[in-house]
Amino acid sequence: MAKKIGIEVSLAISEAVKLADVDAIAAYPITPQTHIVEHLSELVADGDLNAEFIPVESEHSAMSVCAGTSAAGARTYTATSSQGLALMNEILFIIPALRLPIVMTLANRALSGPISIWNDHSDLMSVRDTGWIAMFAENGQEAFDLTLQSFKIAEDHRVMLPISVNIDGFTLSHVIEPHEFLSQEEVDQFLPTYDPLIQLNPDKPVSMGIVGIPEIYFEAKKAQDVALIESKEVIKEVFKDFGDRFGRYYKVIESYRTEDAETVLLTMGSIGETAMEAIDIMKDEQGKKVGLLRLRLWRPFPVQELREMVKGIKTLAVIDRAVSFGGTGGPVGGEIRSALYSTEDRPYVASFIAGLGGRDVTIQDFMDMVNLAEKMEAEQEVHEYKMIGVRE
Amino acid sequence: MDAFNVYAAKLAPQRESLAPGHRACQGCAELLAARLVAKTLGHDFIIANATGCLEIVTSSYPHTAWKVPWIHVAFENAAAVASGIESGIKILKKKGKYPVDREIKIIAQAGDGGTVDIGLQALSGALERGHDFTYICYDNEAYMNTGIQRSSATPYGASTTTSPAGKESIGQVTMKKNMAEIAVAHDIPYVATASPSYPFDLMEKVRKAADVKGPAYLHVLTPCPTGWRLAPNLALSIGRLAVETKVFPLYEVVDGQYKMTVAYKHHRPVIDYLKPQGRFRHLKEKSIEFIQQYVDANYERLLKKIEMSEG
Repeated sequence: MAKKIGIEVSLAISEAVKLADVDAIAAYPITPQTHIVEHLSELVADGDLNAEFIPVESEHSAMSVCAGTSAAGARTYTATSSQGLALMNEILFIIPALRLPIVMTLANRALSGPISIWNDHSDLMSVRDTGWIAMFAENGQEAFDLTLQSFKIAEDHRVMLPISVNIDGFTLSHVIEPHEFLSQEEVDQFLPTYDPLIQLNPDKPVSMGIVGIPEIYFEAKKAQDVALIESKEVIKEVFKDFGDRFGRYYKVIESYRTEDAETVLLTMGSIGETAMEAIDIMKDEQGKKVGLLRLRLWRPFPVQELREMVKGIKTLAVIDRAVSFGGTGGPVGGEIRSALYSTEDRPYVASFIAGLGGRDVTIQDFMDMVNLAEKMEAEQEVHEYKMIGVRE
Repeated sequence: MDAFNVYAAKLAPQRESLAPGHRACQGCAELLAARLVAKTLGHDFIIANATGCLEIVTSSYPHTAWKVPWIHVAFENAAAVASGIESGIKILKKKGKYPVDREIKIIAQAGDGGTVDIGLQALSGALERGHDFTYICYDNEAYMNTGIQRSSATPYGASTTTSPAGKESIGQVTMKKNMAEIAVAHDIPYVATASPSYPFDLMEKVRKAADVKGPAYLHVLTPCPTGWRLAPNLALSIGRLAVETKVFPLYEVVDGQYKMTVAYKHHRPVIDYLKPQGRFRHLKEKSIEFIQQYVDANYERLLKKIEMSEG
């Protein structure tokens, strides 16, 4: 096993991008994504990474430049957060429609207003339906590993879709953690050179991004949806390949001590690590039958895996880090209710919203949510969502 | 004229990279200009096209009029997409993943709305970063694709669907944004104005713009019979009148040095240009006089820049 190196998570991600030998990076600075792109521009400036770094004038142009580099056949990377992602919004829809396998780190940050640089998942949720593959890393090692795996997944000819690797802003992006890096040889063996399916080349001219008349638009969208849904199998295949090579196995939904659990928490992102501590305390010190599911893959949503994993569970407490204003649940909570509605013996789903705009979600919060969810289940309380840790 | 030896229609390049059969209106000068651009550049070029008339009339699944690689992403980002293509090919060549000996020209093209309004930021960014590409604005002086709404390139006094002439208004009340001068302010190596009514001047400029290292900007006035309320057979002659009346002088700016490329000793009054166009039909004598003064003043300013360049 390679030696572990203590390094800031943002820098570890940049090192993964370097090991992936990306050809082009276009980015615009926004907190808390900045350390990633700063380090990448240093790597390019020092000649350690042979890539074009294009420092654009906006995120809208960042994603547009990425469209150009990727369509030219270059392995392409970018990173952003919050308002930056919101500004990219228009182009985010077009990238998967053009089947361009761009990899983007999303250092999750709350959306304005009020303006906040701190962490929650409102940025990602605002682009839920753009057609990108979206996955979450909970710690630095996962961020490093998932970044590398993302290039392989995105560029697989069965997939050809963009991926966002989500890391919680500050709570993950700016912390120093031990990382086990891979060598260039190991990465080269795992990740082949990008082989574009189509490319802007005068010898084989193609027209990309043409008008979709009513006779074809619907079919184009269905093809895109099928491609996204079917990417899940490739994602699992790459997770397995990575695990077989390097010993770190990833799953589309991770579980923690769910054996015999009656009440299960479900988290996405770095709060999963705090939740694990809460589970340990509740299980080991209080003898409670609890467990934890951590959703790694947000899109395509792992419906079948979820249905399988919640079998026998009495109460599922889903914790969202974003609000769907006036909706029927937190974005994840509502999704899970939907996924389970048609199944028999489904658990009671409590939808909680916590930790908006950098508000801490503590071990005690998780324990409170477990207790509250159990009470709600006992009373079969009808509710949309409840906010936890907010002053009334 | 330096780029071509002899100027005769039959000696122009035969290859048509923009094929006939597209869906443009009769008499569309934008498509004619785009065809001349494609003709000049031949084979080894890639186009990033903004949303607009040119995009929709040449690409409608399952058809395409383009015989060269062509990509459309969105409305306001043609310059950014072109930046990406240029950077992508540059690095792929450097890494030995793209034929090194091929010089592939990168063209971004958009209408006036996609250039002077919504696309101005992306264009400014791309010019400032110094990408080796040519940006072509086909200026028909309004949002024609969406139904003749005013843009900041619409000239004073023109009636459009969002600057209609009425009892209280003469139509567009603002002056046309001078995009060529905005491009010049970016200190790029080549800027020119052009017109499909002067095909060889246009082709010459396309060749120069493409061959220069670094960003080049071409501002092409493309009369739109539909939007200008003009008989389709008059599109080219109105383009000539724009130049003959000093409304749209044809000049180029090479490394900051101004030069008139089509010069007339005597100019016609602006009324000759305004009169055939329905969009100016409502203008009274006083407004026309005002426009004449404005055009004269602008032209004088340009002449001073040319004089200064000649030293």
